Amino acid sequence: MADNKFDYYLDGKTAKWEVIIGLEVHAQVTSSAKLFSGSSTKFGSDPNSQVSLVDAAMPGMLPVINKFCIEQAVKTGLGLKAKINRFSKFDRKNYFYADLPQGYQISQFKFPIVGEGKIVLDMPYGTKVVGIERLHLEQDAGKSLHDQDPENSFVDLNRSGIALMEIVGKPDLRSPEEVGQYVKKLRSIMRYLNTCDGNMDEGSLRADVNVSVRKQGSQQLGTRCEIKNVNSIKFMQQAIEYEAKRQIDIIEDGGTINQETRLYDTKKNETRSMRSKEDAHDYRYFPDPDLLPLVLDSEFIENIKKTLPELPDEKKLRLMNDFGLSSYDASIIISEKDISDYYEDVAKNSDYKLAANWMIVELFGILNKEGKEIKDSPVSAVNLSKLINLIKNGTISGKIAKTVFEQMVQKNENPEVIIEKSGLKQQSDPKELEIIIDNIIKKNQDKVIEYKSGKIKLFSFFVGQAMKDTAGKGNPQLINNILSKKLK
Amino acid sequence: MGEITKLTLVNLVSKIKSKEISALDACSDYVNRIVKSKKLNTFVTETLEQAISSAKKIDDNNLKEGILSGAPIAVKDLFCTKNVETTASSKILKGFVPTYESTVTSKLWERGAVLLGKLNCDEFAMGSSNETSAFGNVINPYKVNDENIVPGGSSGGCSAAVAADLTVATVGTDTGGSIRQPAAFTGIVGLKPTYGRCSRWGIVAFASSLDQAGPMTKNVSDCALMLDAISGFDEKDSTSANTKKEEFLKNLNRNIKGLKIGIPKEYIVDDMPKEIQDLWDKGISWMKESGAIIKDISLPHTKYALPTYYIIAPAEASSNLARYDGVRYGFRASGKDLNEMYENTRSLGFGNEVKRRIMIGTYVLSSGYYDAYYLKAQQVRRLIKNDFDLVFKDVDAILTPTAPSSAFKIGEKKDDPISMYLNDVFTVPINLAGLPAISIPAGFDKSGLPLGLQIIGKPFDEQTVLNSAYALEEKIGFKSQVKDWWM
Repeated sequence: MADNKFDYYLDGKTAKWEVIIGLEVHAQVTSSAKLFSGSSTKFGSDPNSQVSLVDAAMPGMLPVINKFCIEQAVKTGLGLKAKINRFSKFDRKNYFYADLPQGYQISQFKFPIVGEGKIVLDMPYGTKVVGIERLHLEQDAGKSLHDQDPENSFVDLNRSGIALMEIVGKPDLRSPEEVGQYVKKLRSIMRYLNTCDGNMDEGSLRADVNVSVRKQGSQQLGTRCEIKNVNSIKFMQQAIEYEAKRQIDIIEDGGTINQETRLYDTKKNETRSMRSKEDAHDYRYFPDPDLLPLVLDSEFIENIKKTLPELPDEKKLRLMNDFGLSSYDASIIISEKDISDYYEDVAKNSDYKLAANWMIVELFGILNKEGKEIKDSPVSAVNLSKLINLIKNGTISGKIAKTVFEQMVQKNENPEVIIEKSGLKQQSDPKELEIIIDNIIKKNQDKVIEYKSGKIKLFSFFVGQAMKDTAGKGNPQLINNILSKKLK
Repeated sequence: MGEITKLTLVNLVSKIKSKEISALDACSDYVNRIVKSKKLNTFVTETLEQAISSAKKIDDNNLKEGILSGAPIAVKDLFCTKNVETTASSKILKGFVPTYESTVTSKLWERGAVLLGKLNCDEFAMGSSNETSAFGNVINPYKVNDENIVPGGSSGGCSAAVAADLTVATVGTDTGGSIRQPAAFTGIVGLKPTYGRCSRWGIVAFASSLDQAGPMTKNVSDCALMLDAISGFDEKDSTSANTKKEEFLKNLNRNIKGLKIGIPKEYIVDDMPKEIQDLWDKGISWMKESGAIIKDISLPHTKYALPTYYIIAPAEASSNLARYDGVRYGFRASGKDLNEMYENTRSLGFGNEVKRRIMIGTYVLSSGYYDAYYLKAQQVRRLIKNDFDLVFKDVDAILTPTAPSSAFKIGEKKDDPISMYLNDVFTVPINLAGLPAISIPAGFDKSGLPLGLQIIGKPFDEQTVLNSAYALEEKIGFKSQVKDWWM
């Protein structure tokens, strides 16, 4: 891997440019109830069917902290190896919008619940540590619908009050590839922890992307632009590429970058100015007087620590040290909780290494081809482990196994049944094989003489004949052994 | 007939329980008076028919268990009442009918009280004279030379209604003096409990860190009974205190022998009428006669209380009132787009005083000003609280006048907000410190208007406050001078 060097520098007219990226990820807390009300958080329900008096900001309604959401935030913080702040506060971020019933969002401004942490990325050029600045809890807003009626906009408050974690990363990322890895790793950690389902198409995970550029070798940060609310990794990467080039062009033409908020247009693949720094809202943050400061005792934090599952980085080490997987294979297996769960299911009843190989080469090949996620795998973990055991105990050869696997993909059938039905079972009876081999030797006496006089390459000819006579089902290991003995 | 409305709450409930008076008779007497008292403009919404039928139900089913059984009670229109319009005396909430009942009022009804209606107040409780109400000012049952006088504010409908016998007792809210000052202006008792003693759930919010509901009654015993009824922890209000339930009426007594009463020198202010200083001195002698020990104390940061209050309260209000945007409930004015709809709705929906405070609050929270105003005010608030913490190591309660003047004429201070704000000078520090304080009627000024004395207590020590007031009440022997001139 040593020859893989980081080389994401963009060519300008005058120089090569480095891109500096920092992400603010908004992750919806996995919780059946909202952050400050008991309303359900179920996705896809009828508009305004999951709205309490608090969510609709009726007069006199007061927020009450949902303790479970606090636990989830602490858990996520621990997963990010971050400092958990025993004292934090909720603040009001004031602005008017039709889908913000209170006229303010309850968020954490000065005293977030989680402080500095880190995420480790496996890049082709080595391990990269990306800093986490903070994690805080906040309420989501509702949704304005502008396309339902020619005259009016409609408001759906189902999302209003849902708990979000805003995870602010340091500007440590340097390429769209790193951004992709970062989001995947963060999502994976939260999925392992079950604190955010990470479903980007349901809006459970989205990010504001901060981009600036500087000449390669420069140590100074340039002026950044923030691209708001991007909801897929692909769009983030495209937006960064576009935005970086836009900034480089401006600077190289003698202009300066205005600090501003921009929108990414996914259809035109371009970013557009939303508002400049001068037009930025004055959110008039102040501590929410309806809520007391959040004080966590060490026992509360310790109890959450005790429930932490094995996280991807630790799991990778275990797979390498205990299971003997390569760093590369281990990285792939741990990359998603669903993959690693599947792997554990296959490996526990079969063979650690074969399980990894079969998943990474064969299964992922099929999944990629069919555009499926592992949770929709056409082959169940149980059946894959059976297949691996059939290879391991010599019932079928690796080559036959591929044929069997193809059939398994068609209808997720038990490989034992497939082998039985199609007669693919490996011929492993030494006596039967001996008869076949004796026959081959008898018919090819001239080749035997040539072989014995030193033309040892002919060995594979005999193997080939044996395979032919067994219709490909002969156990190659046994055939080898018998042939070596007979041709001595 | 007629005499029932003169009864105190404690007496009325005991007569209803013993069936000497039926709940219906009690209710009817109040209804009759209310109908004849429109001139005072105390009610924003009347629920008289429902009241009568509720009272009947109490008699018919002999529901006499509750500690407020059959008590006809109107409440400040800041409490959300289920299926009864709730406006906070603002145009912007006109037509708003809650589907829920505030914790405090639901406790009243659970204990047997009957809702007579919703009482007028300053718009969103912002005012000291009831003149900011969108539904016109309330008129004080006390009158000077045929001139109409303000009932105080913001709970001015409450104070006037109790003084005029239009409700046997009531609940108001107090953010900077809104229970105590109107109580003093109308010759009744008003208690602001410790912050957190009563739930704020379902009360239209003005300034969340200062708002507190409390009783307004004819005398101290009634006040203790009402506090028994409405106080208690509420998990729906994160700032409500989880203290053990107390029995204030049961433990009410006049024995204040040896109690140490502090007299803060900073409450002697310039331009305070001599008769108020005299009344305060009388209060001190009455306390002494009752066996209390008087101590001079100092609360050095008192002079900063008013400016501090007028930063913190508007700041919180500017945010609390953002929800009145015309989108979901209440008044909406049309506009060509969302922003114009907001502007029109809020320009037409809010009155001037509310707008003034929203603007002040928005300003003090703005970036670049936050540290100089809001943050500084929070720091000073802490110092004011520390002043009280310190003196409460030496004294058990503090005695002061409730307000620096008696009730003034309607319109007299309307265009002079500073002079209006100064009326809260003795009450505001108590809200900033979150303490309990009571105002009891203690005498009259030379024009015949009532004056009040304030007793301030330690956090969650309402019992000492009530007991001191109870002792003082006996010494004072206050008699209402309300003549039913409007009937």
